[in-house]
Amino acid sequence: MDFTFTAEHEQVRRAVREFAAREILPYIKENDRKQTFDRSLLPKMAAAGLLGISVPVRYGGAGFDYISLGIVAEELEYADTSARVIISVHNALNSLGVFQWGTEEQKQMFLVPQARGEKIAAFCLTEPGAGTDVAALRSVARRDGSDYIISGEKTWISLADVADHFLWFAKTDPHADPPHKGITAFMITRDMKGVTTGTIHGKLGVRAGNTGWVHCDEVRVPASHRIGFEGEGFKIAMSCLDNGRYTVAAGALGLTRAALDASLAYARSRKTFGVEIGQHQLVKRMISLMVQRVEIGRLLVYRAGWMKNMGMRNTRETALAKWYCTDASFESASDAIQIHGAYGYSDEYDVERFLRNSKGAVIYEGTRELQQLLQADYALGYREDKPLRCELPAYDPVYWQSEA
Amino acid sequence: MRYLICIKQTPDTAELPKVKPEEAASGRLSVQLVVNPWDEHALEGGIRMMETYGGEASAITVGGEDAIERLRSALAMGCKDATLVKDTTADAWGVATLLAAAVRKMGNVTYVITGQMTVDGNSGTLPVALGRALGWPVLTGVARVVSADEKGITVERIVGQARHTVTAPAPAVLAVVKEIGEPRYPTFINIRKAARAEIPVWTPADLGVKVPVPVVHMSDFRKPPAREAKVVLFNGTPDEAAQALLDALLAEKVL
Ligand SMILES: Cc1cc2nc3c(=O)[nH]c(=O)nc-3n(C[C@H](O)[C@H](O)[C@H](O)COP(=O)(O)OP(=O)(O)OC[C@H]3O[C@@H](n4cnc5c(N)ncnc54)[C@H](O)[C@@H]3O)c2cc1C
Ligand SMILES: Cc1cc2nc3c(=O)[nH]c(=O)nc-3n(C[C@H](O)[C@H](O)[C@H](O)COP(=O)(O)OP(=O)(O)OC[C@H]3O[C@@H](n4cnc5c(N)ncnc54)[C@H](O)[C@@H]3O)c2cc1C
Repeated sequence: MDFTFTAEHEQVRRAVREFAAREILPYIKENDRKQTFDRSLLPKMAAAGLLGISVPVRYGGAGFDYISLGIVAEELEYADTSARVIISVHNALNSLGVFQWGTEEQKQMFLVPQARGEKIAAFCLTEPGAGTDVAALRSVARRDGSDYIISGEKTWISLADVADHFLWFAKTDPHADPPHKGITAFMITRDMKGVTTGTIHGKLGVRAGNTGWVHCDEVRVPASHRIGFEGEGFKIAMSCLDNGRYTVAAGALGLTRAALDASLAYARSRKTFGVEIGQHQLVKRMISLMVQRVEIGRLLVYRAGWMKNMGMRNTRETALAKWYCTDASFESASDAIQIHGAYGYSDEYDVERFLRNSKGAVIYEGTRELQQLLQADYALGYREDKPLRCELPAYDPVYWQSEA
Repeated sequence: MRYLICIKQTPDTAELPKVKPEEAASGRLSVQLVVNPWDEHALEGGIRMMETYGGEASAITVGGEDAIERLRSALAMGCKDATLVKDTTADAWGVATLLAAAVRKMGNVTYVITGQMTVDGNSGTLPVALGRALGWPVLTGVARVVSADEKGITVERIVGQARHTVTAPAPAVLAVVKEIGEPRYPTFINIRKAARAEIPVWTPADLGVKVPVPVVHMSDFRKPPAREAKVVLFNGTPDEAAQALLDALLAEKVL
């Protein structure tokens, strides 16, 4: 066993931390208050190589491993959840999906511009009537010669109003039994006729992020944009979530660390009853729980990252990390407010934003309840992962880093 | 064309107040060390010249082994290679002498680019000393490069609120100001290349020079005394407190 990060991992961590300190932290309070997504962040993330961090160099990425992807998510969410969400949907849910399931032609067409950050990517699964129950989705894709005609409505889509490429799940067979076998994945692009998008305002958290709806009205999509086979969409969505959840878990770990750091600083400076509040046992208890959550979270997250590097199936381990870390960040943010007393209850400090931001991740990419069902089903033997037609490739530094 | 960018390792600006005179004299600092912030602009300027006019941007520093990390930052920003001249004894003239020897050893440098000054020494003399040691023209306050080739360069200099456009033949020394451009982020691919790069280390002996004995010594530095703040709470009824506050303000001649 080896629990150490490599020197390269540490460099990635330092670089992302510097990036966040310069480009996110100075503006985040204002953007969060005004509910504005800072579009200028995307070209900066692209220039640094963040938008293709774990994609092989030959496909426009930076050629780093899956652990580096986790580190990027962790350090970005240490600054703000909205920045980590970009990594979750653009890098993990969409780009790694294309990397895993796309043909060589599709990788050239979609993955290369996405990894370079020239095109921004989103993931469109949730519909007004289908969240946890994915198989209930009602988007349809009807074959018409060499094209498909797609109609449907997606909602709660991160980067809806920003993205150029939408990984879209629709039913090619609305009468399939079981229903999830009728789902197929497509890459829809913003320039296609019939695509409209909008932003949802009034969210509890991630207010500096863009979340919205995407509507397809009889959109003509060439068959070359179909990712995987007809009927493979559900499996593709689930393997995209194996990567998305990993970045959500890593991000939540970053948020828990941020809550801990803010709490340590405040507990050392605020005095009651003649001593720093850090001296009170009940405050110590809250601090100690945060320390515990950081350490457990780190083990769960980077074990999942390591398994990805090794090419091992990690659906169970990633889901466990996602469940644990998102719950942990919500609890930690709440405790951090408690430690700050009334000051934590105002936006003078960051901890109230941490709490608002942390709640979303307990819902998206599989609610807490879904995660609990999954873990119980694995334990009870009701659930077992079968090999996929296309597995996520194990990290091979030579392949990842060579030009072609 | 080759652009040689001279950088220095200095304390992080935020850490400067923590530096003690004894530490400064010994050269062994316990604070966070970074690329001199002015030199980050020099790196940006040199890398932009490489991108615009072709050729190679290289970084060089005179310092101890630990300064290699700063050279890696220069590589991560986009310099093609970097060289350490190992010496911690030289003053500004000594550094200029070493850098001039390194430039001669390289043999193909078209433009030397420096920052405007360092945040620790603050003398701003290095570019001029280097020009003298090389016998090259020196352009200070460079805010924009208008054109450059093997034969010569035209730049805009910032002079107070005004701008001069000046021309000089190559090779030349340019000292740039921050208007030359915001330093870019290292890209992740360059970070990896930088981590793996072999950085040659040259000693004064390799360069065939003796480090001139420093003639300028810093014997002391003083920081402004920490400001003392007085906190007074005025008690009593609102009227009494207001009167006491008014008296105090009048006594302090604030009003
Ligand atoms: C900020 C944000 C960003 C998002 N970004 C995206 C995105 O980019 N792409 C995308 O496709 N979606 C996105 N979503 C949507 C998200 O994935 C869904 O909200 C989530 O899957 C839950 O679906 P739902 O909201 O319809 O809740 P429902 O499925 O209606 O669930 C409601 C409640 O019932 C519980 N429940 C449901 N079924 C069961 C069951 N079988 N057993 C026990 N409890 C159950 C749930 O746990 C939950 O508590 C985002 C959501 C948010 C908040
Ligand atoms: C919305 C809102 C409305 C309010 N309205 C009013 C109002 O109308 N009138 C009014 O007078 N006040 C009001 N308050 C103030 C409120 O009563 C105080 O915030 C509260 O008493 C806590 O004090 P504090 O914020 O200074 O936190 P602190 O006392 O600084 O406490 C900070 C942290 O240290 C912990 N701590 C402190 N001492 C100990 C100890 N000995 N052992 C263990 N832990 C300890 C606390 O539990 C807390 O977690 C309001 C606050 C809010 C948020």
